Parts: sequence; structure tokens; C-alpha cells
Amino acid sequence: MHTFAILVLGAPVSSQSVHTAYEFARAALAAGHRIERVFFYHDGVLCGNQLQIAAGGERALPVQWSELAGAHGVDLVVCVASALKRGVVDEAEARRYGKAAGNLQDGFELSGLGQWVDACLKADRVITFGP
Amino acid sequence: MLHTVNKSPHGHSALAECLRVCAADDVVVLIEDGVYAAIAGNSRLPGPDAPKLYALSADVAARGLAPHLAEGVALLDYAGFVQLCCEHPVIQSWY
Amino acid sequence: MSKRFLIVCRQPPYGSSFAREALDMALACAAFEQRVALLFLGDGVLQLAGAQQAEAIGQKPLDKQLGALPLYDVDALYADADALAARGLSDTTLALPVQALDGAGIRALLTEQDIVLGF
Repeated sequence: MHTFAILVLGAPVSSQSVHTAYEFARAALAAGHRIERVFFYHDGVLCGNQLQIAAGGERALPVQWSELAGAHGVDLVVCVASALKRGVVDEAEARRYGKAAGNLQDGFELSGLGQWVDACLKADRVITFGP
Repeated sequence: MLHTVNKSPHGHSALAECLRVCAADDVVVLIEDGVYAAIAGNSRLPGPDAPKLYALSADVAARGLAPHLAEGVALLDYAGFVQLCCEHPVIQSWY
Repeated sequence: MSKRFLIVCRQPPYGSSFAREALDMALACAAFEQRVALLFLGDGVLQLAGAQQAEAIGQKPLDKQLGALPLYDVDALYADADALAARGLSDTTLALPVQALDGAGIRALLTEQDIVLGF
């Protein structure tokens, strides 16, 4: 059994890499491995955007990630600095910056790069999915 | 080491840069647009001295490449991709 | 616990945010007391071209920010010698004191790492 730390750098829809990362995570869990954390950085922070509306018949990746995390207890962390710059904010940051509302998908959390470093230390396999 | 490459080799330098630094016992997993490097006879097909090449079957199927793959390229499903990662302590992604 | 992290930079500065985010990642790893090395490959060596005036495009100069690395004790800095030569940078003064490596040197560097993060 291995423990994975997964770094996601691409935005949903714009890059296939997010779907690949999701299927990889699903397969790892199905095989009985652990995922220490999925960390979303660069455009990957858009995976935490609750406002994404999927085209008919598809399901938005933020929702899919959220459901996977809920079913398996996976930590989904969005880099706060990258997120703010790209307009993904939780309620607290929305209030702090006077924005109308937060838009962070349930199941995701905003935090710093330290959480990624921590995940790398606890995992024995580290993989990046870039755009 | 296991390398992933997700770009076509014809429009992007990712595969070339990857192969330049690969060790003989490394493996390269072609994913997403990277699977175009596996087409038989293509000008960027890695030579016989290159590391072992794999291609993600879902990406090969999506792009209609199954009948056109070079010999020696092994297909992986997502479960196989995970398993191969378990066999290599360090994974480097080229995109 | 400390692992050996290699941050691989393959993108030029300014046209995308990758260079900036690679540096932030390197600094975060160093701040958490990890062993960090940086390797500039391909167009990543263009980050090292000095005297950048990024304010001309509304950005902060990356070459100056790269200068923060030694302050965090990140001094294991490497660049692909061939990439420097191909881009006409072999004989210029670079923004950082890097060790130029050939292919064999890069392969050797990779074997020393626990984690490789590419940007």
C-alpha cells in the first residue's frame, strides 16, 4: 500500500490534465492506496470553483472531486495565494476583501504551500498533473 | 524514475527534454496528447535506446490511435498507471 | 523530517506564471527546512537572463526575486549547459550563480532526489 500526494496545476475544461488526475486518484483509492492530499496550484485552483456549470450530461469536476473526497476522506487543498489571484475565495476571504460572496466548492479548503510540503513528507509517492 | 509526458512531440519540446535526461532503466508514460509520440513510424518515435514506453489506453482510444501504435509501446489503464507509479519511487512530469 | 526536493523550471519568465510559482514553491520548501535544489532546463534558463525590467509589463522582476534563494540557504542551483548555449546565454552574466550541467550531470542530479516538481 502506498500513500500519494497529488499536485494539480491545470484548470478544468481548459486542460485534460484535471480529468487525468481525477481518474488517477480514483484508481489509486480503488486499489487500496491512500491519498494524503490533493493540492491545487497554478490554474488548478479553479478546480475549487463552485460556480463552474457543466455542459449538459457532464458533471463539473469540482463536484466530482468533492464527492471523491467525501467518500474516501481525501484532503483537497487549494493554494490560497494562487486562488485569490484567480478569483477563488472562501467566505472568510470574500468578507476580508469585500467581495459579494465566496465561491469555494464544498469539500475544498484554502491553505498555503506548507500543506503541500507536509503532504510530500507524509507520502511515499508524489505526482504532478500539469496543463 | 517514472516520467509522464502529456504533449505531442511534434509541437512541443516536453518529450525531447524528458528523453535527454532519462536513465536507461527509467520508464516513460505517455498520457493525454503525449500518446501521439507512440504512433508507428512517426518522426519523433523514441529510438531503440530509449527507456521503456507506455501509453495510457484511454487516451489512445480517445484519439483513435489503437491500430497505429508502434511495437514495443505497452498500454496501461489508470489502474496500471497507478501500479507502475508504485514501482518507481520518484515520478517526474513533463507538460 | 527532511527530503530532497528538486524544482525543475522549464518555462521562461513573464509569459506565464509558472516561473513565479516555481520560485514560491522552492521558497516554501526551504522555509519548511527541506533540502532544495533548482534546475533550469529548456526555456527555463531564460529566467536567468539578467537586468530584467518587468515593471514595463506591470510585473515584478523575477531575477531580483530569484536573488532571495540564497537568503533561504538555497544555493544548489543548476542549469542545462546546452540550453544556455542554444539560447545565446553561455557567455553572459546570469542572474544567479548556477552550475552548468551536461546531460550526464543532469541525470546524476535527478538520481539524488526524493521528490521532483516540474514547472
